[in-house]
Amino acid sequence: MAQTRTRTRGQEAASAGDPFERHGVTPERALELLREMLLFRRFEEKAEEAYAIGKIGGFCHLHIGQEGAAVGSILPLRQDDYVISAYREHTQALAKGVKPDAVMAELYGRATGASGGKGGSMHIFDKSARFMGGHGIVGGQVPLATGIAWKIKYRGEDSVVVCFMGDAAVNQGGFHEALNMAAIWELPAIYVVENNEYGMGTAFRRVSLTDMVQKASPYGIPATSVDGQDVLATYAHFRDLAATVREGGGPRFVDLRTYRFRGHSMSDPVSGTYRAKEEVEHRTKDDDPIVHLRDKLMAGDHLDQAGLEAVDAEVRSVVNAAADFADQSPAPGPEALYRHVWAHLNPNGRLCLDGRGESPWR
Amino acid sequence: MAMMTYRDALNAALREEMERDPDVFLMGEEVAEYDGAYKVSKGLLDAFGDKRVVDSPISELGFAGLGVGAAMAGLRPVIEFMTFNFAFLAIDQVINSASKMMYMSDGQFPIPIVFRGPTGAALQLSAQHSVSCETYYVHSPGCKVVTPATPADAKGLLKAAIRDDDPVAFMEGELLYNFRGEVPEDDDYVIPLGVADLKREGSDVSIVTHGKMVHIAMQAAAKLEKDGIQADVLDLRSIRPLDVDAILASVRKTNRMVYVEEGWSFVGVGAQVAHIVQEEAFDHLDAPVLRVTQADVPMPYAKSLEALAKPTAERVVDACNKVLYR
Ligand SMILES: Cc1ncc(C[n+]2csc(CCOP(=O)(O)OP(=O)(O)O)c2C)c(N)n1
Ligand SMILES: [Mg+2]
Repeated sequence: MAQTRTRTRGQEAASAGDPFERHGVTPERALELLREMLLFRRFEEKAEEAYAIGKIGGFCHLHIGQEGAAVGSILPLRQDDYVISAYREHTQALAKGVKPDAVMAELYGRATGASGGKGGSMHIFDKSARFMGGHGIVGGQVPLATGIAWKIKYRGEDSVVVCFMGDAAVNQGGFHEALNMAAIWELPAIYVVENNEYGMGTAFRRVSLTDMVQKASPYGIPATSVDGQDVLATYAHFRDLAATVREGGGPRFVDLRTYRFRGHSMSDPVSGTYRAKEEVEHRTKDDDPIVHLRDKLMAGDHLDQAGLEAVDAEVRSVVNAAADFADQSPAPGPEALYRHVWAHLNPNGRLCLDGRGESPWR
Repeated sequence: MAMMTYRDALNAALREEMERDPDVFLMGEEVAEYDGAYKVSKGLLDAFGDKRVVDSPISELGFAGLGVGAAMAGLRPVIEFMTFNFAFLAIDQVINSASKMMYMSDGQFPIPIVFRGPTGAALQLSAQHSVSCETYYVHSPGCKVVTPATPADAKGLLKAAIRDDDPVAFMEGELLYNFRGEVPEDDDYVIPLGVADLKREGSDVSIVTHGKMVHIAMQAAAKLEKDGIQADVLDLRSIRPLDVDAILASVRKTNRMVYVEEGWSFVGVGAQVAHIVQEEAFDHLDAPVLRVTQADVPMPYAKSLEALAKPTAERVVDACNKVLYR
C-alpha cells in the first residue's frame, strides 16, 4: 500500500463533514473495519504467494481490491445471519467468522481446512459460522439463497440471508427465477452483486443493455447502488438494509460497485484486450478501499503512521500463522475419500458401485 | 502432415469449416475477444468477424437453446461450453430440444449443431469443475457423442461433427489442449464418426477406452509390455455411433477386456460396452470384464485424494493382471 495519501476521496470527505458521523460509524468501529480489510488484503497476498510455489492448486480467485465490499456488507450482520457466495469467497468467509487457519488450510487442501480439504478455494463451507459456501457454477448459489430465506420465514426466525454473486451471474436464468420467488413470497434475502464490471474477460456493458440496479425491478424488488470502495458507506448501507429486511421488509437487491485489482483467477492476465493496463493502474492507485479509509482516519486524527504499521504487523502475523498452520496440517488420508458422499448409509443394497474393495475382482 | 497441438488442430477445423460453409458460426463465453477460455478460438474473431464468432453472456441455457433454434431454421451452429460442467445448466435444451426434435417432428427438423468444450477433470478443480459428462449425453437417443484423444482426431472428428446433420456433443479435455501430434493438413481430412482406432496391437488383453484415458491406457500398455504382456488399445473415438465391430474383434482376439473411463462407473460407458461384449461374445471371454473408472465420489480438491479418485495407469495394469489371472 502506498504511503502517500490519495487526494480525491480524502478531500471530498473532509469537505462533506465528518464521514464517521455521516455514516453513523464510530472511529473505533472504523478502525476495526480497516483492520479487517488489511487482514483480507494480506491473506489474499499470502494465497497468491502460496499459489505461485504450488502450495495451492486448481482455480484460485482473489478478492484483492474488493475488501471494502466484503467488510462493509458482512460485518454489519449478526452471527445468526446467513451468507452464501460464489467462488471468489475467501475473504467473505473470513468476514463471516470462518477462522483464517481453516480458510488457508482449505486452500492448501489440508484435512484441517474448512471443508476438510475436499472443497478447495472455490468451496469453503462453515455451518457454525452460517457461511453456506463457495459455489463454482456461476449463479448456482442464487436459488439456494432463496431457499435459505424460505427456511428463515418458514420457521419464523428473524435472521436474513445475504447472497453474493458477480455481475456476470445476472444473465443466468436461475437468478431471475430466484428473485421472482423471493419477491412473491416476501423472503428475507439480500441479493448482492459485487459489480466489478467484468465477468472474466467480458465487460458487463457488453452483455447487458440495462444498468445493474435495474436488474431486480421486473420483480418489484427495491434496489440500490453503493460504492463498495467506500467501506463506511457500504457498512452503513447494509446495516440499515439488514434491519429493514429483518423486520419483514421483503427482499432487496444491491449493486455493490467495486473493482478487481488482479486477474480473474491466478491463471488469467490482469489486463489485456478486455481492460486496459492504464485502467487497472488507475483504479488500483486511486480507488483502493483500504487507502480511502486510511486517509479518512488519518484526516480525523484517529490513526497515525505508527498505528497503521502496528495494525499491519498484527494482521500479517495472523496470516503467517494461518499459512504455518496450513503447512503443518496433514493432507486428508485415504479414509476420507469415500467419507461423506452420502449422509445415511442404508443397511440394504449397495451405494457405492465402483467395485473397488467390494468386488472379488479388486 | 504438420506437428501441432490439440488446441491448434481444433482451431484449424473450425477455421476450415467456417471458410467452407457460411452457415457455420461459433458462439460461447469468451470465444471472441478473449480468444476462448482455453484459446481454442484464437484468431477466429479477426478472421470471421463478430457476426460469426460471438461472445455470449453467461447464459448457458439461453445460448444452447438459441443454437438449437438457429439450427431448426437452417444454420449450423457450433456452441462452445467453457466446460461441459457448465452445460448442466443447458442440458435441457440439448436433450429436450436438440436430441428429440428430429423424431418429434417426424423428420422435418434435423438439428445440425455441435456443442463442444472440455469434459472431465483437470488438476485440482474439485467437485463442480471435474465431471466427465459423456454418459449424460450418450444416454439420450438423438444425440451423438464424440471424444477425440489426439490432435489428428480432434481435427478430423470436429470437421465430421460440424458436417453431421445431428446434434453432436463434442468432448475435449483441458489436459489435452497442449498435447502435440501429427495432423494432416488436407482441408478434407474428415474422420467419419463411429470408427474406432486401434492405437496399439496386442493379443493378450483388450484395453478399450475413449477420450483422455487413451493416454493412460497407452501408458499401461507400455508397462505391461515390459512384463511380456501385449495389449490391444482400442480408442472408440465416438461413443455414439459406437464401433461395436471393432470392440468385438478385439475381444475375440484377446478374450479379455478392461474398460478404462474417466467418469463414474455406475451406468457408465464401460458398463454398456461390457454388456454388449457379454451379449455378443460371451463364449470368447476367459475372464469377467473389468472397469477402471473414477472412484464413486465427487472429485475431491486435495491432491492426495484427487490422485486416489482418478484412474491411473497403475490401476489399469492391475486390472489387466486380474483378467489375466496373474
Ligand atoms: C455456469 C458457469 N459458466 C461459466 C463459468 C466459468 N466462469 C467462472 S467465473 C466466470 C466469470 C464470472 O464473472 P462475475 O460473475 O462477474 O464474477 P467475478 O469473477 O467478477 O467475481 C466464468 C465465465 C462457470 N464457473 N459457471
Ligand atoms: Mg465480475
